Amino acid sequence: MAYSDKVLDHYNHPRNVGSLDRNDPNVGTGMVGAPECGDVMKLQVKVDEATGTISEAKFKTFGCGSAIASSSLATEWLKGKSVDEALAIKNTDIVNELSLPPVKIHCSVLAEDAIKAAITDYKRKQEERKPVQATA
Amino acid sequence: MKTPIYFDNHATTPVDPRVVDAMMPYFTGKFGNAASRNHSFGWEAEKAVDDARKKIADLIGATAKEIVFTSGATESDNLAIKGVAEMYAEKGNHIITAATEHKAILDTCKKLEKHGYRVTYMPVKGDGLVDLDMLRDTITDKTILITLMYANNEIGVVQPVKEIGKIAHEKGVLFHTDGVQAVGKIPVNVIQDNIDLMSMSAHKIYGPKGVGALYVRRKSPRVQLTAQMDGGGHERGMRSGTLNVTGIVGMGEACAICHREMPEESKRLRHLRDKLRNRLESELDEVFINGTMEHRLPHNLNISFAYVEGESLLMGINDIAVSSGSACTSATLEPSYVLKALGVGDDLAHTSIRFGLGRFNTEEEVDYVAGRVIEVVKRLRELSPLYEMAKEGVDLSKVQWAAE
Repeated sequence: MAYSDKVLDHYNHPRNVGSLDRNDPNVGTGMVGAPECGDVMKLQVKVDEATGTISEAKFKTFGCGSAIASSSLATEWLKGKSVDEALAIKNTDIVNELSLPPVKIHCSVLAEDAIKAAITDYKRKQEERKPVQATA
Repeated sequence: MKTPIYFDNHATTPVDPRVVDAMMPYFTGKFGNAASRNHSFGWEAEKAVDDARKKIADLIGATAKEIVFTSGATESDNLAIKGVAEMYAEKGNHIITAATEHKAILDTCKKLEKHGYRVTYMPVKGDGLVDLDMLRDTITDKTILITLMYANNEIGVVQPVKEIGKIAHEKGVLFHTDGVQAVGKIPVNVIQDNIDLMSMSAHKIYGPKGVGALYVRRKSPRVQLTAQMDGGGHERGMRSGTLNVTGIVGMGEACAICHREMPEESKRLRHLRDKLRNRLESELDEVFINGTMEHRLPHNLNISFAYVEGESLLMGINDIAVSSGSACTSATLEPSYVLKALGVGDDLAHTSIRFGLGRFNTEEEVDYVAGRVIEVVKRLRELSPLYEMAKEGVDLSKVQWAAE
């Protein structure tokens, strides 16, 4: 299969590889996929408390080149976005940007799911935090 | 050293220049139809075909009359299985094969099931080999054919063919073997191995594509087949169609070369394969060999690189031609059914790579390939959340995955 230049670029030079402290209350972690399916994406965001925007985004992916590229691209797009803006990222945006062929669309779906899972995790942590702060 | 490097010799092989030389005259000057009985053009072609038949027979311990030419191993498999099924239908309707066979066998058996035949797809053990006691117990008074491959195309494991043939003959059942990966690479002898029918292909042994053969035993027992291709009654009525003289000459020469050079060549390739294996195993952790190393083709290595998905690895070593058992690289989007049959989990099947060494590979290439694979596996593991978790001591089998 021929890969698009953008997929190759992200595969050869993945952006924002790494991990954030998953216990940090301002970090949201999303992990989607399964080893048996050949795809696992871990995507993390760190939200700046003052501005409410994503200051850091990191990923690690087990999967094909398109899965790696989709998650790498997602971390690039997430930085500087508000939580709500992040949730507006659609898998089709990723498909278009990376020119993914039909058999690789599931990679973009996985990336969208990873974003949503990370944001959901962040929001849950913030919810849990509120009563703690109130009693403090 | 030139790139790309070809390490996919189970898929096909380049034609040996000596084979090309042997074939060339038969395209132009000696272009006759081997079935033309009335002039020298035909006689010349017929003689070339007979010479090739003899060379192929010599390689496998058969006689020339027992070689039936076909378009390739897929046709040979079809002719053997369907031909026996039809010819011996009155004797029985049961066929035994195994889960790790090539699709040319499995799909042919499935087709026969639609026509009322019963097929047993035997499981294999974790090392990839069939259980002989189970085989014995699977045979019924309705069994007419056992078809089990000599050596596997993905994991290179060599079945106990001689024992399988012995069991078949004790029970009066015919034994067909898909010899595509074994013939020309390791010693194969149809008499000593108790083989009744054997499929062969030229392009896996440095011959041309589009030509193959089926060995059909002539005595004790004399095997009969119902032709699957009707026409001029070529090949003793078993396979009609004008003979592919150039291809056949090429296959004959390819067999003669394999016959002469096999002891040297298999020793050299085993050394290279073991060198590759040793480097990968000493410089990478968590690599797993699929299938037994004890009963294996000397030029095959099939390894799972845990936590690194196969297609992404292939992408990283794009100047090296190998195959993967990953779903992403298959037409069906399913991981390798062969590895599955061995009990290899889907997680590891996705990370498997098949290395197939061949006549034209060099030690320098092996060193280069080992280095590239090690480099890319390490890089991709830095990217792998699974590797990170495993290193943190997480038991991945106990994780609740949020799969789609």
